[in-house]
Amino acid sequence: MAKIELQNIAHSYNPQSAEQNYALNPFNMTWEDGGRYAILGPSGCGKTTMLNIMSGIVQPSEGNLLFDGVDVTKLSTSERNIAQVFQFPVIYGTMSVEQNLAFPLVCRNYEKPAIDAKVNEVAEALGLQELLTKSASRLTADQKQLISLGRGLVRDDVAAVLMDEPLTVIDPDLKFRLRRQLKEINQKYRSTLIYVTHDQNEAMTFAENVIVMDAGRIVQVGTPKELFERPKTTFVGYFIGAPAMNFFRCERNGDYSLRFGGNTITTQTSLTELSTSQLKLGIRSEYIKIVDSIGQNTIPARVKRVEDLGNHKLVSAVSHDLDIKVKVHRDTAIPAEQVHLDLPAENCCVYADEILVQN
Amino acid sequence: MSLIASNLSFKPGNEWHLDNVSFEMSKGQIYTILGRTLAGKTTLLKTLAGLISPDQGTLTLDDGDFGSIPVWKREVAMVYQQFINYPHLSVYENVAFPLKQRRMQSDQIKTRVMKALQQVGLDGFENRKIQALSGGQQQRVALARSLVKEASVILLDEPLVNLDYKLREQLREEFRNIFSSEASKDSILIYSSTDPVEAMQLGGQILVMDEGRILQQGTSKEVYENPNCTKVAQITNDPAMNLFEGRVEDGRIILSSEIELELPQHCKGLATGSYIFGMRAAGITLNQKGFPFSVELSEISGSETFLHIRHEMIGVVGLLDSVQNFNTGEVVSVQFDTMQLYVFDQNEQLVSSPYRGLE
Repeated sequence: MAKIELQNIAHSYNPQSAEQNYALNPFNMTWEDGGRYAILGPSGCGKTTMLNIMSGIVQPSEGNLLFDGVDVTKLSTSERNIAQVFQFPVIYGTMSVEQNLAFPLVCRNYEKPAIDAKVNEVAEALGLQELLTKSASRLTADQKQLISLGRGLVRDDVAAVLMDEPLTVIDPDLKFRLRRQLKEINQKYRSTLIYVTHDQNEAMTFAENVIVMDAGRIVQVGTPKELFERPKTTFVGYFIGAPAMNFFRCERNGDYSLRFGGNTITTQTSLTELSTSQLKLGIRSEYIKIVDSIGQNTIPARVKRVEDLGNHKLVSAVSHDLDIKVKVHRDTAIPAEQVHLDLPAENCCVYADEILVQN
Repeated sequence: MSLIASNLSFKPGNEWHLDNVSFEMSKGQIYTILGRTLAGKTTLLKTLAGLISPDQGTLTLDDGDFGSIPVWKREVAMVYQQFINYPHLSVYENVAFPLKQRRMQSDQIKTRVMKALQQVGLDGFENRKIQALSGGQQQRVALARSLVKEASVILLDEPLVNLDYKLREQLREEFRNIFSSEASKDSILIYSSTDPVEAMQLGGQILVMDEGRILQQGTSKEVYENPNCTKVAQITNDPAMNLFEGRVEDGRIILSSEIELELPQHCKGLATGSYIFGMRAAGITLNQKGFPFSVELSEISGSETFLHIRHEMIGVVGLLDSVQNFNTGEVVSVQFDTMQLYVFDQNEQLVSSPYRGLE
């Protein structure tokens, strides 16, 4: 495995045109050896382009790509030692599971004993030992996807395993299991895993670090906790979390205080040096509490709808024409109509021109 | 109006795709067929649409024979996983297509098409070409085409599965509003899904399917609170409900030589013997006075942490209300909230639930 550096990488699908339209704007990024990363963003944000640049399917129009300090920008896919797992499992249906796993080694003329040893080791790590002699075409989708991954792991020379939406075809309760196996593999082999997805839930549960992308740009790199608690832009606040972060247009009302829709709220963000008037207050639905009486940071609201999500209830409330979502435990009692919502100051994020104010 | 299926069976090869399926559905309601991939959901929808002739069983609509009506005459509309639209036609022409087939008057067509487009939030898009639309918009066109027919039965086969996570969240909410509106009060809506949260959020009735059989039918609340067997408990929860074996002796639950729990109130009177116990992740938390479990993996999801832990043969997933990091192998003290305990017998059937007590 290797440390991967992207230096001033950018890509345009028509670099000659006068108005250069970047699919991927210039950026720098380092993937540490053995790290577990997710690239997260909506369709068309550039995440697959970034993955294809690392694997060599796409030649970047600008910048350099280094594996352990060696420039590989001009090398072909096969010269880069990258393993890939795609949305739909790619397996050889006419071969057994064992032959599937051995294939990359057979192609590289490994000796039979070395192949057997490695195949058995990987099969054990992935829980596929019982299936080794079975025909690969007779397996379930999650087993097939494990084989796709296993083919990447049998090789000792793989720099990184790149996965493009690998759990798309897997049922929810099996996703959980497969994600766990991916992490165990990462811990056992210290393999660099890079996982592309549009599903914030998958990104957050899988990765140590998540790269959030939008419209060809990296908008935030952070741990799941950072992305959840302090999203750097309103887009990240919207994209991460279910439901999205609540946002309210507001005005400055003092050094730490904001006013919106007739409510005044105190935050922990100093607002004195802000030059813009385009302010928004952001708060996660998980941090808002339903309380009985008026407090320092409460706002009055009317309950519009309560949805049963299983473990949680999702309350849709309205305060002075503003829609607010509040997520509470299933066993929380919810008053029929008028409520007070407490917005804890430490959980209030302030955005100026859609960017988090940090001080 | 009601749609009644009696003993539908279909076995094209060695496996039952439909195994004695019976149900009754009434108009103005939404029914979610919830099950894993290959559970028989699509086969069931195709049978209702007339695309598959079952080997056995009958279908009636309003007491009239429905099963023998040829597919082109059946009052059915279907929306598929893939966005199926006519790429060379405009949005208007796509939605108008089924009505033109019926040689309806053009002014009548116009009224219906505009109404359907408004329902799905695409008014103003009439003249757009299909290729100029996003995935979410294309699926709305397909939905409008199914609504415009004003069919008695509308079938939606995992309509959101190919969309981005965030878009899915948004459309799910819109779907629910469309389905609960006046416009669909004369139709029976049948929606298939693998996602328990989606099924909960759509509200209405849930039919849990597995291996061609309907395991349970009821309101989403009833199925969530009282899953009638271990399979249903797993399919209707994400992560799947934790299941572990143990014994009841002298009013206590014995899970291992070290783990004994008090029988909670709703399980009092349970006969001595072996059982399968079930508990959702939310019922398993950390507490100093708990039992020693070793951490196999921790996953952070927004404001929560999923903790995969093990004690001898008992491997479970717990849910912590905060973001915490753990090392693999770390020993933690775990508490089971027995107020949330489910009990199943050796045949995997529900014996006691926290919501209904002993069966």
